[in-house]
Amino acid sequence: MFGTHYRIERKSIMLAVAIMVVASIGGLIEIAPLFTIDDTVESDPKMRVYTPLELAGRNIYIREGCYACHSQMIRTLQDEVERYGPYSLAVESKYDHPMLWGSKRTGPDLARLGGKYSDQWHTAHLKNPRDVVPQSIMPRYNWLSESQLQTKYLGDDLRALRAVGVPYTDAMIENATADAVAQASPDDDTAGLVKRYGEATQIRSFDGDKGTVSEMDALVAYLQVLGKLSDAAHQPPAPTK
Amino acid sequence: MVSGLTISERQRSMAVLIVLAVIGLVMAAAGANRADPMQAHGFLVLLFSLGVLCFVLNGYFEPEPSATRLTSYYDDPSKAGIVIAMLWAVFGMFIGDWVAWLLAFPDMTFDAAWSSFGRLRPAHTTGVIFGFGGNALIATSFHVMQRTSRARLPDQFSPWFVLIGYNLFCLLAVSGYFLGITQSKEYAEPEWYADIWLVIVWVTYLVLYLRTLARRKEPHIYVANWYYLAFILVVAILHVVNNLAVPASFAGAKSYSLFSGVQDAMTQWWYGHNAVAFFLTAGFLGMMYYYLPKRAGRPIYSYRMSIIGFWGITFFYMWAGSHHLHYTALPQWVQTLGMTFSVMLLVPSWIAAANALLTLNGAWDKVRDDATLRFMMMAAIFYGLSTFEGSFMAIRSVNALSHYTDWTIGHVHAGAMGWVALITFGSIYAVVPWLWKRERMYSPVLVEAHFWLALAGTLIYVFAMWNSGIIQGLMWRTYNDSGTLTYSFLDSMVAMHPYYVARAIGGLLFLIGAIVGCYNIWMTIRRPSGASALTDDALLPANLQPAE
Ligand code: HEC
Ligand code: HEM
Ligand code: HEM
Repeated sequence: MFGTHYRIERKSIMLAVAIMVVASIGGLIEIAPLFTIDDTVESDPKMRVYTPLELAGRNIYIREGCYACHSQMIRTLQDEVERYGPYSLAVESKYDHPMLWGSKRTGPDLARLGGKYSDQWHTAHLKNPRDVVPQSIMPRYNWLSESQLQTKYLGDDLRALRAVGVPYTDAMIENATADAVAQASPDDDTAGLVKRYGEATQIRSFDGDKGTVSEMDALVAYLQVLGKLSDAAHQPPAPTK
Repeated sequence: MVSGLTISERQRSMAVLIVLAVIGLVMAAAGANRADPMQAHGFLVLLFSLGVLCFVLNGYFEPEPSATRLTSYYDDPSKAGIVIAMLWAVFGMFIGDWVAWLLAFPDMTFDAAWSSFGRLRPAHTTGVIFGFGGNALIATSFHVMQRTSRARLPDQFSPWFVLIGYNLFCLLAVSGYFLGITQSKEYAEPEWYADIWLVIVWVTYLVLYLRTLARRKEPHIYVANWYYLAFILVVAILHVVNNLAVPASFAGAKSYSLFSGVQDAMTQWWYGHNAVAFFLTAGFLGMMYYYLPKRAGRPIYSYRMSIIGFWGITFFYMWAGSHHLHYTALPQWVQTLGMTFSVMLLVPSWIAAANALLTLNGAWDKVRDDATLRFMMMAAIFYGLSTFEGSFMAIRSVNALSHYTDWTIGHVHAGAMGWVALITFGSIYAVVPWLWKRERMYSPVLVEAHFWLALAGTLIYVFAMWNSGIIQGLMWRTYNDSGTLTYSFLDSMVAMHPYYVARAIGGLLFLIGAIVGCYNIWMTIRRPSGASALTDDALLPANLQPAE
């Protein structure tokens, strides 16, 4: 063994090839099957996709680095289930490019946040968490309600997501901008939005200011849909055949 | 510095810089058209390349270097790299300490988007890992590969391209977070165009490395080079796979990763853990395997241990990523594999650490007297410690407690400050007098002071995080007699406060140490070259090759 090595270490290309081969094995064996083994991701035919407004909110969540303090992955441990709700299933982040499972809980898990608080609570909390939770160490995000949301190019975002596997339809892509505005403007015509994204779509002015669509609208819309795109986690496990 | 380049190399540099400036202009125009933050990055690329271009033009008419240059090593890029690494160290650690204070006092920041926690934190991780660590790795790898191969770098252009191009990547990364440009993947946050640029730089680096090795006059490739080579090769693979993404538009910064959900999580942590393995471990082991024996004046303890350690690390690490995903929606068989290999990983890790410590056997008096060598010894100890801790935390039932808590942060910094930063400081203190042909560092007393500041800072940091992490983990799972959870999340958050303050103080000591180091290095460079200047240009003494 050491004799062989004595020869390999005299040939740089052989050494390089050996390193690549040895280093590739683990990843190939662990990752490749995740794409081929069917029960890696549960199936949920009723799974919804993010609306353009929620997607924009998700991108703000990414931009502001909320994931550095908040996880979105409830582990299969009793105390977590009791604290945060049913443990997360793989299918729930099936359309998450990229996933936001997180690795640090400086703040609580947000996987089942949707519906837990009112929009007003979220808006006030994001503007200054210490107004609502005096001891909080979460940063303030007061500029979000002042910045208008960029909706013009949301169609491009949906198209890119379709390219990586999210089932957005042509109609969804075409109407992305209009749908984003409609979702935060309850007084407008929202029939098209509901037709495309389903009855469960939450339509209201999330930041309480009906005039404009702000980044706050988008972020709160996203927070309110967390854990609500799929019901799979709430159903009793299907009996094994 | 330009005077070291031949005329044709100067022309090549200018051509590359002009192309880059045009790319910057196109990016700026495209971004402006969509009011996309890519606009700012376009201007950054433009200004960066014009700045370097001015520098090259300024030296363009200097005489060409004489042919005698080919008889000595080419160290200018290493010198620049060391200085840049120290600047990044101060920047990254300053942001790190700022972030640490923010967790204790959340309003200690400006009322502006760029300075909020979520944007500063990746600036810290990127600044220290890629800015400080990466530049130190590039600079020392150029130094080490020439010495251990007894060959000069094959040309003067590519090392500069690698170093400057790499720093452009780092600048794009860090400025991006401030601007809100990020993919959110930990340690792979930069967006698609920065990723593509890094691929170009990295391939040049690999080719440069292989070309230098091909010119070597030593029949054997020294163990430090195995590690540097593994670092370059595997980081390339990891980077490409984890960053596969589709941009929303070529005129905008945003992209969407190719994988989603559970597959994305596994790919990300396969990447994340092996960034630890091949960036923060293999590269720095390469550093250690050259500078530690060199400074101690003793050969590496065992050739066989080097071999087992190296291949064990290369093979086992790649399986271990899934220990970041215990009890999640990742299929259990992958979690089990990750745990098993993480535990086995302890063996090659400790072999590598022991090989370093045993090398010091017989030189303990030097360790006592020489703070530079003590930096390296302490780094090897922390390496052993953090790998032990890592293997322990990878056990599912332990991870149930440690995951999501500050315990992880404690483990990270035992490795990052105790191992990565200490080995780097030690190596830099060893190499600076050699590179600038000085007798010794300007002030050994300041090296000593830096050592104690760094050690105290690390210990305070790590102990604070062990405490807070374990308390946090226990509070989250404590039940009272009536069978309900005893503590709310807020209770646990409030309990962390004293530890966060302690951590921030420890970090401050560490940061002060780094600033002291900068001063010392600067004064060493400014001092005239002493008569009995030290260099390590002499051929690698036979006794530094493995003992067998
Ligand atoms: C420095 C870490 C940190 C960052 C960054 C952070 N948070 Fe928080 N977050 C916390 C902490 C700590 C709490 C618990 C105290 C509180 O409720 O304010 C919290 C609580 C919350 C809650 C209430 C959760 C619940 O179930 O009670 C929401 C919602 C939330 N954060 C959303 C966000 C969003 C959205 C972002 C990004 C724009 C963000 N956080 C960024 C630390 C952070
Ligand atoms: C002055 C010294 C340092 C201080 C004060 C410091 C502080 C911090 C803080 C406060 C965090 C965020 C923790 C959290 O979110 O709870 C962090 C994260 C991190 N730091 Fe440092 N740090 C220092 C040095 C370093 C060095 C030298 C490195 C690497 C070479 C490093 C690598 C990291 C990494 C990788 C993370 C992310 C950890 C994770 O996500 O689990 N740090 N640091
Ligand atoms: C035998 C070697 C090692 C093993 C088995 C190991 C194992 C682990 C484990 C189990 C975690 C926690 C994952 C989680 O719960 O989220 C972790 C996190 C981490 N380790 Fe290690 N570790 C090792 C060595 C090191 C070294 C030497 C460093 C050097 C800096 C390091 C850096 C990190 C970082 C940066 C993280 C945090 C990742 C994140 O969540 O952002 N590890 N490691």
